[in-house]
Amino acid sequence: MQKQLLTVEDLTVEYWTRRGKVRAVDNVSFSLGKAETMGVVGESGSGKSTLGLSLIRLVPPPGRIVKGHVWLEGKDLLKLREEEMRNVRGRKIAFIFQDPMTSLNPVKKVGAHFVELIRTHEPKIGDEEALKRAEKLLKDVGIQPERINDYPHQLSGGMRQRVMIALAIALNPYIVVADEPTTALDVIVQAKILDLLKDVQNAYAMSLILITHDLSIALERCDKILVMYAGQIVERAHIKDIYKNPQHPYTQGLLKSIPNIELAEQKLEAIPGSPPDLLNLPKGCRFWPRCSSAMEKCRKTEPQLIETEPNHFVCCFLYGDDKE
Amino acid sequence: MSQTEIVRVENLKKYFPVEKSFLEKLITRTRSFVRAVDDVTFSVRKGEVFTLAGESGCGKTTTGKLILRLIPPTSGKVFFKNQEITTLEPEELRLLRRKMQIIFQDPYASFNPRMKIGDAVGHPLEIHGLATGEEKRKRVLAMLERVGLTPPEKFVELYPHQLSGGQRQRAAMARSLILDPEFIVADEPVSMIDVSLRTTMIDLMLDLKRELQLTYLFITHDLAVAKYISDRIAIMYLGKIVEMGEKEEIFSNPLHPYTQALLSAIPVPNPERRRKAIELKGEVPSAVKIPTGCRFHPRCPFAEKICKEKEPELIATASGHFVSCHLIGSK
Repeated sequence: MQKQLLTVEDLTVEYWTRRGKVRAVDNVSFSLGKAETMGVVGESGSGKSTLGLSLIRLVPPPGRIVKGHVWLEGKDLLKLREEEMRNVRGRKIAFIFQDPMTSLNPVKKVGAHFVELIRTHEPKIGDEEALKRAEKLLKDVGIQPERINDYPHQLSGGMRQRVMIALAIALNPYIVVADEPTTALDVIVQAKILDLLKDVQNAYAMSLILITHDLSIALERCDKILVMYAGQIVERAHIKDIYKNPQHPYTQGLLKSIPNIELAEQKLEAIPGSPPDLLNLPKGCRFWPRCSSAMEKCRKTEPQLIETEPNHFVCCFLYGDDKE
Repeated sequence: MSQTEIVRVENLKKYFPVEKSFLEKLITRTRSFVRAVDDVTFSVRKGEVFTLAGESGCGKTTTGKLILRLIPPTSGKVFFKNQEITTLEPEELRLLRRKMQIIFQDPYASFNPRMKIGDAVGHPLEIHGLATGEEKRKRVLAMLERVGLTPPEKFVELYPHQLSGGQRQRAAMARSLILDPEFIVADEPVSMIDVSLRTTMIDLMLDLKRELQLTYLFITHDLAVAKYISDRIAIMYLGKIVEMGEKEEIFSNPLHPYTQALLSAIPVPNPERRRKAIELKGEVPSAVKIPTGCRFHPRCPFAEKICKEKEPELIATASGHFVSCHLIGSK
């Protein structure tokens, strides 16, 4: 097996709200290889964004990481001091957010964003040189270097997201986490941005974690996929296995409910019900109230993530030794 | 399906004036406009789902609002069952609104947060003086049940924030159907709903259409959803329809270069079919400065001299659909 770059073990994140504790991410484990692309797929409230943020320890309060390990280069990021963590963010793991309008500072020119970022991490570099690097980065993402003097509002949505990508790769990180990077964009721009991410990833030999609600994008762009439901991983496998042999009833349901424009006649099947309230989770498997194959056991005990085939993990009682 | 048309739109235009500063007004006399909808003609047949599809800023939502006369057109005509509605007086318009309703994209913004669901859904009945008291309650309960908000007795007492996005969109559906309309404009009704609930909502819309003999004008940016729900589709670009026809035709035989690029960019949920999207130059130009000739020519991979000079018309092709492209016409 190839050497893993990032290994996450039993990561658990809770939001301590007035109404009670919400486990947004529950015992999540996975690993990511060098230059690999992993998709994290789930609906709103599935914990996919919290998972992404917890990798760089930026879960907003009242959220806190209560358990687990995030191993990168032999170090557990969750044990680092805050100053050390600052060296990880941007330099080792960079983040691209969904909305490029709110993640760029509206009163700062494009170039100033780069200068601030580069000089924070490498104080010896002067403004001139930082700007020169910014120009090269912009060129890499397909933006004319003159745009360095523009303000964010002078750029279109697609260009802003390109700037975000350029900022993310500015410090040559090992891993880029992109949280719904194209959700705010039109489909043609979306395809261009996803192509760009791929190109940049190849050019810089980075690993990519692509967080998306759109299973089609994940199947088209990733090597492997984590499917999340109500804070847990319900299935984790290579895209071909997810597509050809989806095992968890939720994954199967998702695949049957997304329209495919290449199919002539398609009957979509809906998943009944709606995702559970995290404050009021069903007993046993979290998916059973919506599951057509639910058994007696599913209502009582929580299933564990087990390996059913090489590198294919699923969290369901229909598989493994303890199936009925 | 019957071929009678229920809505007809003729040369519809909507130009929004661009506000200028005082100084600019002194210096220049010319006013500039955002040409949001720029000469659109089509008709919707009774009982069908007609979809307006396109990227943001293409004018699809504005067209929907113009048809319902939620905003007045700059020029052009809209007919509902052969009655011209662009010139109606407010009172006549109010009566017409019973027959034409809209469902908005954002189920969070389209409900008064302080109004219980039962009151919100029953409100149109009061406005139109159709039912009050016990009769109103009965009709509200029946409609909530019909859209799957069961038990309805529970939902009438809830406030919008107590409902999930999907439930709110069902309530919006109930509110627009309570007046027993014939024509519904559905503006991106499923784009803010989670994937696993989207199919249920689409199926509900199609069931209701059959049972209540509705006609939909469906507005979406999502062509995969459009393909699932529509009978006919019109693709819009910068305020104009560039291609229009039966759904099968549009998807199996797209003729306009823009439609082809749009279709090629849609992600396909199949890891064994990695497609390459057709590259388009640049980005969608501003609707204030629309290019000369064919408005798509600066981005078109096949543009020729004529495309820059003359604006193409939407013409019928041999395969029975309509396309607005010089290169297709000359073949």
